[in-house]
Amino acid sequence: MNLNYTPKQQAFREEVRSWLAANVPVQALQSFDTEEGFQQHREWEAKLYEGRWGMITWPEAMGGRGADLLEWLIFEEEYYAAGAPLRVNQNGIFLLGPTLMEYGTEEQKQRFLTGMATGTDIWCQGWSEPNAGSDMAAIRSSATLSEDGSHYVINGQKTWSTRAVWADWCFGMFRTDPASERHRGLTFILVPLNSEGITVRPIPQLDGLPGFAEIFFDNVKVPVDCRLGGEGEGWSVAMATAGFERGLMLRSPARFQETARRLVELYRANQQHVDDDPSIRDAVMRAYLDAEAYCLTTYQTACRLMQGGKIGAEASTNKIFWSELDLQMHATALKILQCRGELLPEGPDAGDVGRWLDGWLFAQSGPIYAGTNEIQRNIIAERLLGMPRK
Amino acid sequence: MDFTFSEDQLLFRDSVRDFLRAEITPQRNRELWLTDTGRCSALWQQMADMGLCALTVPEQYGGMGMSELDFVLLAEETGYVALSEPLLNTALLATPLLRDCGHAALAAQWLPRIASGDARVIVGLEINTLVEDAHCADLLILERNGALYALTPDQVQLRENPSVDPGRKLFAVEFDGAKAEKIAEGEGALALIEAACNRGALAVAAQALGLAQRMIDISVQYTSERKQFGAPIGSFQAVKHHMANVAYKLEYAKTPLYRAAYSLANSRPQAGVHVSHAKLVACEVADLAAKNSIQVHGAMGYTWEVDLHMFMKRAWAFNSSYGAAGFHKARVAQRIFSDGALLGAGNTF
Repeated sequence: MNLNYTPKQQAFREEVRSWLAANVPVQALQSFDTEEGFQQHREWEAKLYEGRWGMITWPEAMGGRGADLLEWLIFEEEYYAAGAPLRVNQNGIFLLGPTLMEYGTEEQKQRFLTGMATGTDIWCQGWSEPNAGSDMAAIRSSATLSEDGSHYVINGQKTWSTRAVWADWCFGMFRTDPASERHRGLTFILVPLNSEGITVRPIPQLDGLPGFAEIFFDNVKVPVDCRLGGEGEGWSVAMATAGFERGLMLRSPARFQETARRLVELYRANQQHVDDDPSIRDAVMRAYLDAEAYCLTTYQTACRLMQGGKIGAEASTNKIFWSELDLQMHATALKILQCRGELLPEGPDAGDVGRWLDGWLFAQSGPIYAGTNEIQRNIIAERLLGMPRK
Repeated sequence: MDFTFSEDQLLFRDSVRDFLRAEITPQRNRELWLTDTGRCSALWQQMADMGLCALTVPEQYGGMGMSELDFVLLAEETGYVALSEPLLNTALLATPLLRDCGHAALAAQWLPRIASGDARVIVGLEINTLVEDAHCADLLILERNGALYALTPDQVQLRENPSVDPGRKLFAVEFDGAKAEKIAEGEGALALIEAACNRGALAVAAQALGLAQRMIDISVQYTSERKQFGAPIGSFQAVKHHMANVAYKLEYAKTPLYRAAYSLANSRPQAGVHVSHAKLVACEVADLAAKNSIQVHGAMGYTWEVDLHMFMKRAWAFNSSYGAAGFHKARVAQRIFSDGALLGAGNTF
């Protein structure tokens, strides 16, 4: 065990820091759940790509830097500390990208990864359906291979597709074998959202903005070379071995540590009138410690992976930990803000309090998406602890 | 940057684990409760033969000169079996104290005896009110009014106070300070006391995690066997979630513990805060493990016959050992609420 950064890692941090200092927009971008904000974020992705900061863990040939997981964590720390924009293409670069590298054909990698990295193609997910939420194996949207084998014809409906309103592509699972049930007979397909027969219906989120959408497929024709992996292998592609690495990349500790840092600042600035409720001070401290614990555990996991270790079932614990931490931190902030805690950012007297309310609204989704925390607890109990399924 | 244990550290942990689980069964603990001292010289010698007593003793005194980081995984294992021998007090508190106190003669007299398994040396700090295992100490190092004294058994009067945990032996200790050998006072003593307290808290935190894991394991086994409504009760979601809640919190209590051990071993400036973090979360998770484990055991968990209680009671006893939550929270607060504290992303290491 050696908890010191190497000179190379320190130099890398400096390099990231100075590039971000010179390039992060001074004026915060609008929310990427607005049309204009979406475009601003797309441009930011292009800028990151130009600096080769778009996806540093990707190979150099694909516009990355071949960075390892520790460098990724360092990059993220600097990224969040600099207050850089959220990643509008996270479904692409963090989720689909690594899956493409593992399961894609050479032609598919060439075709999709560059567009993804440059922000030309923004991706959304197509997993959930009205009757397939926590029970994802209940997917019914169908993809039927044409007689000449050249394309699939997709029918059905996907929902809760984050960023779908202005995205260019959707990736998801469709049932290619109508006689199949559950996990079998599903196929992973990439669908251009400008295809004929697609209707995207925006769904306003808790903050009123159309951050996600329903996607209706009505005889949508998709060329067969948009299939990722083999027909009927969709489930295993989706559950790719890289699962946790992707999780690790998607929910950086840095994000929560920056929230915790801001929470400490907020508490100290308002300490006079909030110390009447001693539970607030305690909660602030707890937020700081938990964000740090999340960082420590992520570093440990990254080190273990870099030494060739495998991720065990204990990885399923992280979703519960960060999502409940995020809720708890924002709940505490609103308690500190007292009556100002309900103000939207545009109010003339809101000051900068609205950011906490925004975060609070967003934090509500954490325990629900990407497998509810109840499902996560079942996974922990059954796979980590070995408790009986039935 | 490498936040992993070495192959050697893990292998030694495994062999100590095998030894402890074979020797310190719940039945063995129950047998020891019925003896006069509750302690066993033969067992102590077995641990010494494994190298456990010599691990932290400097090489010049016949030890291996190893650190808190080498010991922390072993301490988890002693918690897992609810070991009652004062191994951690002797190896993690007394040994470094004798090494660092500046009394070459005292160190030369006692450290070789510790290393060989010939002596149990017990440190008693005022933060704990009572002194654990004073009855089996060959030498006591006691804190009083900011000074440290070294005392042989004939120099002290002991008044035993039974603990809720039948494996713990606690004593009020009286001695005549004028006749005792004062080994440190003033600034020097404060530093030694603080270091001992940090090591004690680390030892308790590590054991608490072992206890939490043990309570999970016992509960998983019990709920997999016990049937109601025609199914193992462990298949019911309400029961599963009780255990899952302990398991995920346990995962996030481990790395603060290892970081604390590293910081102590490397004399990092924030070591005390790191220990406090580890102690707070470790005791919380052991507490939760106890609460949820007795619940999933139903009435069986409320009995003396089922083994759960020996781990539960140890966890309760540890809650305020080497600093109650308030003590450790105050140290964390002092760090994060001070002007100019470097917090947030990139400031962890």
